[in-house]
Amino acid sequence: MTTTSPVEKAGGATAQYVDKRIGSNKFLSRNLGKVFPDHWSFMLGEIALYSFIVVLLTGVFLTLWFKPSMVEVVYDGSYVPLQGIKMSEAYASALDISFDVRGGMLLRQMHHWAALIFVAAMAVHMFRVFFTGAFRKPREFNWLIGVGLTTLGLLAGFSGYSLPDDLLSGTGLQIARGIMQAAPIVGTWAAFLLFGGEFPGTDFISRLYSVHILLIPGLILGLVTAHLMLVWTQKHTQFPGPGRTNDNVVGYPLLPVYMAKAGGFFFIVFGIIALVGGLVTINPIWIFGPFTPDQVSAGSQPDWYIGFLDGALRMMPNWESSFWGITISWNIIIPAMILPGLMFTALGLYPFLESWLTGDKREHNLLDRPRNAPVRTGIGVMAITFYALLWVGGANDIIATAFDLSINSIIWFLRVSIFILPPIAFVVTKRICLGLQRRDRDKLLHGYESGRVLRLPHGEFIEVHQPLSAKDLAVITAKTDVAPLPAPEKADADGVRNKHYRIGTLRHRLSTAFFGDNVARPTDAEIEAGQHHAEHDAALEAPLHEYEDADQISPGRGGALHHPGMAETNAEQMDERSQH
Amino acid sequence: MTDITPHGGHDQQPAKLGYSPRADIEHRLRLADTDPKAARRAERQVTSMFLLSMVFVVLFVVAYIGIDPSTEVYIPVFGLTSALNIALGLTLGLAIFLIGAGAIQWAKKLMPDVEVVQQRHDQLSPDSDTQEAAANYERGKEESGFARFRMLRRTLIGALIVFPIPLVIMLKDLWVPTPEEEGKSPADILSTTLWTADMRIVSDGTYKPVRPEDLPVGGLISAVPADLQEVEELQGNLNARGKAAIILVRMEPDEIRAQQGDGWDYQGILAYSKICTHVGCPIALYEQRTHHLLCPCHQSTFDLADAGNVVFGPAARRMPQLQIGVDAEGYLVAKSDFAEPVGPSFWERG
Ligand code: HEM
Ligand code: FES
Repeated sequence: MTTTSPVEKAGGATAQYVDKRIGSNKFLSRNLGKVFPDHWSFMLGEIALYSFIVVLLTGVFLTLWFKPSMVEVVYDGSYVPLQGIKMSEAYASALDISFDVRGGMLLRQMHHWAALIFVAAMAVHMFRVFFTGAFRKPREFNWLIGVGLTTLGLLAGFSGYSLPDDLLSGTGLQIARGIMQAAPIVGTWAAFLLFGGEFPGTDFISRLYSVHILLIPGLILGLVTAHLMLVWTQKHTQFPGPGRTNDNVVGYPLLPVYMAKAGGFFFIVFGIIALVGGLVTINPIWIFGPFTPDQVSAGSQPDWYIGFLDGALRMMPNWESSFWGITISWNIIIPAMILPGLMFTALGLYPFLESWLTGDKREHNLLDRPRNAPVRTGIGVMAITFYALLWVGGANDIIATAFDLSINSIIWFLRVSIFILPPIAFVVTKRICLGLQRRDRDKLLHGYESGRVLRLPHGEFIEVHQPLSAKDLAVITAKTDVAPLPAPEKADADGVRNKHYRIGTLRHRLSTAFFGDNVARPTDAEIEAGQHHAEHDAALEAPLHEYEDADQISPGRGGALHHPGMAETNAEQMDERSQH
Repeated sequence: MTDITPHGGHDQQPAKLGYSPRADIEHRLRLADTDPKAARRAERQVTSMFLLSMVFVVLFVVAYIGIDPSTEVYIPVFGLTSALNIALGLTLGLAIFLIGAGAIQWAKKLMPDVEVVQQRHDQLSPDSDTQEAAANYERGKEESGFARFRMLRRTLIGALIVFPIPLVIMLKDLWVPTPEEEGKSPADILSTTLWTADMRIVSDGTYKPVRPEDLPVGGLISAVPADLQEVEELQGNLNARGKAAIILVRMEPDEIRAQQGDGWDYQGILAYSKICTHVGCPIALYEQRTHHLLCPCHQSTFDLADAGNVVFGPAARRMPQLQIGVDAEGYLVAKSDFAEPVGPSFWERG
């Protein structure tokens, strides 16, 4: 019924040609109809991927004009305020890209905006994966890859905005060097080797350049490929819903719907980045001026994703120990090395920790609703609160000026609240989750409250409960109850001491904490009874037969035909209904 | 056709062509499924998006050729910006965006919106595969003799461990010391600056020597050593500046509560390093009423009337002070180099 065009014929012939050599049709046959589930939150990872592609594309364009050299030149480009000023070739070429290459400013701004969106999308994507438990077996590797990608994303961004060698980026490098120098034992050597001697030297920008355009993007590209291949072979997780189980995928086939939607979405992201790059100035390096190690601009802020490190540095008390001719700069080592190290390690280990302490080794393809894992959700919100406070610390000078507060009191507030607010966030979140679970249970047992009040013939008022829709029912009943790990025996029946008693007790306690407070899911019979009851409730509300003109059909007025044997009056009808 | 067409019912033939069966979920028909007019409207809509996209590409080229790069326009909210940049961004952005919007509209309005089902399969390999892999491993182990030839195995592992050493060694020359740096450790180099006895203090930027009278009480001058320009010319980098930069402040002599050495000021003029002892930002914010010096990077605050001690913030060390005086012609000079390393702490600093 369809005709084949010459183009299609050629395409088919090409497919055959390729297939004979690499067997590609096997792959196509299996995958063109591959099913992808749909949910708005699944687009977050896509945004990260697409903005990364935009970063690659615009980055390649930038390399055509950017000169990664710290050789001093005198600027003679068309930006008047800096004409005649000495600066590094890197900075001069970044100015040229901005003012003398047509479209260069757009490329620079698109590159920078895409980088910001890339890191932000990765972070929010990670939240989605965390709060829905998508990292659970069998997807732990992809979680680890994701943590690696986030780390690399930060490094890519930092190495990128350090390249133009303006006053702001140079200050960032100066701080990075100061941190490096504080590293125990190897600090000064590491700094001298990387910078080719003292700060700023003349080597660093060109070294950073190959890291920025080759090493890090290469690693990211490799990890992204592995990430996507895993998503492909393991198939996407899905939210609970009608017809969705742990063993199937419900969604749209790759060809054509998913391809059109995902492909289209790439162009949307790309287009929006171009629009933002055209309209919104980012990193106006010409305002900062060229870098020199003895000047700084006040209120200088790094890109958003570095803010938490800056905040940690600001909040840390000024501890330092000197003895036996050495110095340990706790004020730098703790916030800038130990803390990020711990944060990323904890992030990476979380899936393994959770599965260990819950004893959960099942495969999970159906996502958790965050409320159904209150402890995990609490931990997530706690971590975000912690991160947010560090981030606030990074902006303390801006907050101080904006709200006319003293920096001193902001820092003291943060130093205290970084220990107090995250636990509070945990408790509050967990409570909210349990509250939502209770509401879900009520819905299963009584239907959902319609908000309509009905007066029964004998004078009683009831609120009408309606049965849940098939979708709600499927979503809510997808919750499974998991029993905490049992407490271990001190010794077995033969009196042999249990060697794993202590660790067993620990796991018992932890898993009890993890699952113990969960609101039990009603049994299927209870749910059915509850829904049936709600149906009955709802039936009470149905329009009554018109008894007066009962032998006439009056559809216009909603009347109904009266059959013999039917209740006659309104009161009778209501009585009959409420007897069920 | 098969069961993923929107009009198909539940009772259709089972999957053909490898298509998945439609999910057993309630499904509402869209307007475009039932009304051919609506379908044609959607088709027209998508077509016009693709057309418009091409129009914007043309406009992009027009803007690229026609708009002078130095033209600036004022746009409310966004401020004064380059007209060319805005025009290129808008045209390119819309050209690309419209392709995406069209494709998604096409998918939403005209492609089937029926969800289909696919079964998942265990990630676990079948037992037979696992056994075959294990058998192959055993065979490899046997045939190579990896388990039997103990020395062979150990020397191979040894060789593999040491062979990257040359690659690491070669990194040593990432830093090639200059003749002046020859034989010195990084810590030594970090501990000295250009300042020497009787080196004149010149103001940064103009490089004019400074007389005490140039600096009123309450004033602040950024300054560098007199030979800095020459050294920078010679070395071709900004390294010397990064360590030698200082600030001069003047207060009433009786306002000075403490100094790092007796009489290191000159008539109330104090010279302090400009490089923050936290992680090395240059400092410039000075509040003359309190004599506090504030670092813009992490807000470490130093009291210059009290020997440069830290009064607040993450910096652990005081600002190093430079002992100054005047020479025969009445210009400010350093009396010696700093007594302690300037800038951030490091392991070997002690
Ligand atoms: C992997 C992710 C990447 C991120 C997050 C990233 C981020 C950045 C950022 C934030 C800047 C500063 C831009 C500015 O001046 O405002 C930058 C500059 C630059 N990037 Fe990237 N980039 C990435 C990959 C690449 C790639 C793959 C290339 C080239 C193949 C590249 C080439 C450049 C160049 C040449 C500059 C300096 C040009 C300039 O600043 O005007 N980048 N990058
Ligand atoms: S560099 Fe001055 S406070 Fe951090």
